[in-house]
Amino acid sequence: MSKVDLTTHYLGMTLKNPIVPSASPLSRDIANVKRMEDAGASAVVMYSLFEEQLTHEAMELYHHTSYHSDTHAEALTYFPEQAGYILGPDEYLEHLHNIKKSVNIPVIGSLNGCTDGGWTKYAKLIEEAGADALELNMYMLATDLNTNSQEIEDIYVETLRSVKANIGIPVAMKISPYISALANFAKRLDDNGAEGLVLFNRFYQPDIDLENLEVVPNVLLSNSQSMRLPLRWIAILYGRINASLAATSGVNTAEDVIKLTMTGASVTQMFAALHKFGIEHIRTVLNDIETWMIEHEYDSLKMMRGSMSHKSVANPAAFERANYMKALNSFM
Amino acid sequence: MERKKVTIDGNEAAAYVAYNLNEVCAIYPITPSSNMGELCDQWASEKKLNLWGIIPTVQEMQSEGGASGAVHGALQNGALTTTFTASQGLLLMIPNMYKIAGELTSTVFHVTARSIAAQALSIFGDHSDVMAVRQTGFGMICSGSVQEAMDFALISQAATLESRIPFMHFFDGFRTSHEVMKIEQLAIEDMKQMISEELVLEHRKRALSPDNPFIRGTAQNPDVYFQGRETVNKYYDACPGIVQKQMDKLAGITGRNYNLFDYYGDPQADRVIVIMGSGAEAAKEMVDWSNALGEKTGMIIVRLYRPFSKGHFMKALPQTVKKIAVLDRTKEPGSGGEPLYLDIVNAISESFSDGTSELKSFPKIIGGRYGLSSKEFTPSMVKAVYDELKKEQPKNHFTIGIIDDVTFTSLEFDPDLSVEAPETFRGKFYGLGADGTVGANKNSIKIIGEETDNYAQGFFVYDSKKSGSMTTSHLRFGPKPIRSTYLINKANFIACHQPTFLEKIDMLEDAVEGATFLINTNLSKEKAWEALPKKAQNDIISKKIRMYIIDAYKVAKETGMGLRINSIMQTCFFAISNILPREEAIDKIKKSIEKTYGKKGEAVVKMNYDSVDKTLENLFEVEIPKTATSTKKLRPAVLEIAPEFVRKVTSMMIEGKGDMIPVSMMPADGTFPTATAMWEKRNIALEVPVWDTKVCIQCNKCAIVCPHAAIRPKVFNETELNGTPETFKYTKYRGKEFGETALYALQVAVEDCTGCGICVEVCPAKNKQETRFKAINMMPQEELREKESVNFDYFLNLPEVDRTKINMTSVKDTQFLQPLFEFSGACLGCGETPYVKLVSQLFGDRSVIANATGCSSIYGGNMPTTPWAVNKEGRGPAWSNSLFEDNAEFGLGYRLAIDKHNEYARSLMKKLASVIGEKLADEILNARQDDESGIYEQRIRVSELKKKLESVKSDEAKSLIWLSDYLVKKSVWIMGGDGWAYDIGFGGVDHVLLSGKNINMLVLDTEVYSNTGGQTSKSTPRAAVAKFSAAGKTTAKKDLGLLAVSYGNVYVARVALGANDTQTLRAFIEAEKYDGPSLIIAYSHCIAHGINMRTANTNQKAAVESGYWPLFRFNPELIDNGESPFKLDSKPPKISLQEYAYMETRYKMLTKSHPEEAKFLMKLAQDDVTKRWKIYEDLSADYQKAIVKI
Repeated sequence: MSKVDLTTHYLGMTLKNPIVPSASPLSRDIANVKRMEDAGASAVVMYSLFEEQLTHEAMELYHHTSYHSDTHAEALTYFPEQAGYILGPDEYLEHLHNIKKSVNIPVIGSLNGCTDGGWTKYAKLIEEAGADALELNMYMLATDLNTNSQEIEDIYVETLRSVKANIGIPVAMKISPYISALANFAKRLDDNGAEGLVLFNRFYQPDIDLENLEVVPNVLLSNSQSMRLPLRWIAILYGRINASLAATSGVNTAEDVIKLTMTGASVTQMFAALHKFGIEHIRTVLNDIETWMIEHEYDSLKMMRGSMSHKSVANPAAFERANYMKALNSFM
Repeated sequence: MERKKVTIDGNEAAAYVAYNLNEVCAIYPITPSSNMGELCDQWASEKKLNLWGIIPTVQEMQSEGGASGAVHGALQNGALTTTFTASQGLLLMIPNMYKIAGELTSTVFHVTARSIAAQALSIFGDHSDVMAVRQTGFGMICSGSVQEAMDFALISQAATLESRIPFMHFFDGFRTSHEVMKIEQLAIEDMKQMISEELVLEHRKRALSPDNPFIRGTAQNPDVYFQGRETVNKYYDACPGIVQKQMDKLAGITGRNYNLFDYYGDPQADRVIVIMGSGAEAAKEMVDWSNALGEKTGMIIVRLYRPFSKGHFMKALPQTVKKIAVLDRTKEPGSGGEPLYLDIVNAISESFSDGTSELKSFPKIIGGRYGLSSKEFTPSMVKAVYDELKKEQPKNHFTIGIIDDVTFTSLEFDPDLSVEAPETFRGKFYGLGADGTVGANKNSIKIIGEETDNYAQGFFVYDSKKSGSMTTSHLRFGPKPIRSTYLINKANFIACHQPTFLEKIDMLEDAVEGATFLINTNLSKEKAWEALPKKAQNDIISKKIRMYIIDAYKVAKETGMGLRINSIMQTCFFAISNILPREEAIDKIKKSIEKTYGKKGEAVVKMNYDSVDKTLENLFEVEIPKTATSTKKLRPAVLEIAPEFVRKVTSMMIEGKGDMIPVSMMPADGTFPTATAMWEKRNIALEVPVWDTKVCIQCNKCAIVCPHAAIRPKVFNETELNGTPETFKYTKYRGKEFGETALYALQVAVEDCTGCGICVEVCPAKNKQETRFKAINMMPQEELREKESVNFDYFLNLPEVDRTKINMTSVKDTQFLQPLFEFSGACLGCGETPYVKLVSQLFGDRSVIANATGCSSIYGGNMPTTPWAVNKEGRGPAWSNSLFEDNAEFGLGYRLAIDKHNEYARSLMKKLASVIGEKLADEILNARQDDESGIYEQRIRVSELKKKLESVKSDEAKSLIWLSDYLVKKSVWIMGGDGWAYDIGFGGVDHVLLSGKNINMLVLDTEVYSNTGGQTSKSTPRAAVAKFSAAGKTTAKKDLGLLAVSYGNVYVARVALGANDTQTLRAFIEAEKYDGPSLIIAYSHCIAHGINMRTANTNQKAAVESGYWPLFRFNPELIDNGESPFKLDSKPPKISLQEYAYMETRYKMLTKSHPEEAKFLMKLAQDDVTKRWKIYEDLSADYQKAIVKI
């Protein structure tokens, strides 16, 4: 029994603490999710269902099993006919369903669509499979010179609206920081029914292989430094929108969780630390939070939530854009 | 009873019954029967139940010999058992067929009758194989159509159970096995009525059982064997009556009447043809046509050939018959006549002799051969036979369908005569292998057959190439039953799915007046007309042909279909032909798409739907001008400068006019010139590599990986340049080994390149300004064609490199060696051919090759052209294919002969030393020939020897002149795929490896039977999907390399060119140098892996990096030097097996079809890799200790 109250409210759910493993390959294994629950996670976000990947896999299978068919008299096909394939979202949905059966903590689905119909269809299926909430993993690199920021933001909002219109479970929008007017955008999402915002999505960041002159994938796991960006924006948004806020990126330690909670985060999502230290790291963080809270005489997270947000700090300008210049000035 | 109408091929028709009426199917893949086994395996994997509510077991064996053994064993233990086979496969079953028949065991073998390899292999249909087993004691029932293939499969099963005579149910390979026809499907209830449970139980009761023990299969002695053999007579006597009874029973059930010998024609016929198989259908058309004109012709269709019932045959003959022509679809050289002919002569003769004949007089009987290897057999040919019978002295032992200008056996016929019902729609569709044309047409004929009242037939013709091949679909449908068992030669719809074919084929020659012509082209209506050859324009105008165009590739691109234009062209066909109302047709096409692709995902279905929807807005009719304006002619099949044989014979085959080649122009013994692929400029690449001299680092990696020898480097001196074409590119050579001023060129044979792009993928040099470009980059071929073909000719005429200057362990150096294997018909990006080509470069001028049947024998030896080439001295690989199963032994025979020639030559050298000169003789006899310079010098000495011997007038000198070439070291290569080496030929491989003889075995390991469509072999890895392993192969791949290593006397290497070209090269050099047996197992990526062939070398790398394909070399010679003979050339695994495996559809599809099995098998497969790696590491660390453990 915890000596301090770690409960939190996120997406309309009461969670026993703010530690929620984020969407990651860890949830591909039910045993991992069970371990997360055992270690104390209050909820789990499933790995993302990527509509584009499903389409790609189906097309790839079609191509390779039909390519070269009927080209030579001796070999009209090269693969045996199968009774059927588990394509589309079935595998994901079945997995989600099995996770729901295996654990008692809430399971949050995660979806990355690529077509209008895809978002709504898959959101509905994820709901039907038993997800307690849905995180829309939205990202769009605006590389087209002729698409302006308004159009991009409209797409996000429209997608949210259509998904909301089709499902009943709470929806969180996982967004990127690369939005010109993020506060306004957050408000638009809030106005259009997002029950939560997850800040922020980390993009795939390609690297250059100098020997082979190739662009190569280079997975960079976040560290505590990475949480500065969500920390600032959660601080800015806290108390100004209705949606609950989740921090993701760089949540490694109890201190990180505490800082983010103080800026206003309802939950803090973790992956890199679990990848690095193991799933049981959740227990360590929870213990450390408790210890810290006891040492610092906090009874509950509620007590600290938002205490260091933009609206609550003595110097809100510290979160504003000019912050760095001011710091320089004060040093001078 | 209303029965379901289905539109299926003969194989499916027979397999449907076989599956339902058997418990065990022991099979082995062989064309054209493979599909029957595959269908049974598919149904079993879909858990379809048979007549008795169980799922039959489908067991793939290591050979047909093995399959027949397993059949025999299962039968002896009371299971209802069958097999499917053809040709050589049937021959391998002969010993067991004798046993099965001798033991009066009920079974039915379903056989797609096919030619037997004689002067050449042929996969096509005739009765050579079935006639070769007529003596085994099996009953023989022949189907002549798809409906009969289903009906007779059932009749055979019923008859074998009652008669106890085993049956071979056969039908014509391809013509019936692959012809798609609308038929009435037998219901399960029909089968239940035909199959007696009591007889099934009797069959079971004859099983071996320890609960009721007996022995069978004894050895008998002179006292009783003979009598024992005669015990079966009464069963054979009773058999025809039983078969007729079963035929009558089926007639009572279905209304389809069959007789042992079916008579068709005028009851008062004076001329009768006797025929068996699909040719009877074409003959019926002629009988109807000629009798309608007042002739009196008839025909007897032989249904039950063995046991041959003289009485039933004689009853079937009209008493009025005066002349009989017996048509055999086989040839028995040296016999008194072909088998059916002899049987008929015998039957009539005996009937007259024993007084049972009711004929008015003894008829004149002639025999003739037709239709060998699926040679066309048309009503016109039947007419020629009837016409011949009119003659006072008709020609006996005639041939029909060919021009025999040597022994003048052939009858003349009118190729233009057509007797087809005018209301029958006849469409011909010319497609490119991979564009989906055949699949679309199969769908179309199914739609027409199953959704309309029309009768429907589809037949599909493929050419002999595996890349850039042309398919021709022949579709017929109409209100009358279709009996035309021959290709369409009068078409009222012609579709050209590939515009380039118009340059090569006169496809409107077959168009009838008022026909429709559809072309896929990216040109406008006006330009499309202008682009036609003059002959085509004239045909369109004179025959009043309506012409339509569609830019199918544009629609395919817009809808994500890539290069597959199947649904698009299918939609055009329905839209233009008005078979169904347009909306209804589109609806049916979409339903068919859903049925075909539904299980492959919504995205695939949607993409096909989109392509259908987008088609009609891109379909246009072309207004035909009044006059032809084109000046274009069809492209000649070969260049004018080609050798005479190529111009006169090969070119006709290429043009599709091979039927017109007379006997006199064919080699009498199957011997053909090599180096003919170079004359067939196929121009199949859309894009070809283009060299950037500034970026190139001259590594020659592009050349070593090229599957078709279409990109070649050369070093030369400036002085050798003469009349250099303006666009010919060359640059300074980067090395010094060929002199300070040496020049370098990298030339592409753009007309021979297939455009696979694998060379560009391996090119390591990148343009520093724009890294997307490399030293070679793919560019459109058409605009390069003319100038680059001139450049390639010029390149070829530059002197070849001096072989003695080449460092044979350098990839770069060896790629300057002329490839003597070029421009084969192998698949785009083939993983086998780079190894084959490498052998040709390194040892080709002194190698003889034994090639197992399979992909390599097809791309290496299928007519019309051969890729095996010769160098400027006229030397090159000599190649032959014996069989599938005996290749190692065949190659060993090469070695034995060559060694004997060498031995004899050496003994003559010693005898004639005084004439030759002691010094020269000594030098020749003691020559060092372990490298190129040693061989070069020996050739000079042998040349000198020949000169000296020319003036010597003795038989020994004459012999030595011929034998002296064997004083130059010869290199024997035995090559083939894993089906040969791991399965059917393994016994021979094993024996030859232990023979100790100097042979080199190259296993082109694709890990499946690639040539027959990807069936499982013992090389197939665990967790991969292949045919007969639909739920993933559950057992590990056989480690052939380790087996050979354990013998201790064999040089063994495992290589993967795409992962380590230097190690590969070293292995080839060392293997050849090793004076004993050597075995190279070469990772050969394949389209049957379901991979992107362009980037296939990354799969090879991953296979090695995962430890799945550890590279090693085992050289027994090193033991004597105190070195470790086992060199592990791979680094420890750095990626997991699944990281490699899931790059490939063969593994990945299991995760989508059987996810749990996929996980389970992948774990086991990873364990296999880990354990094997440990063994290899141990061998490498301490061979002696590790090998004892193994």
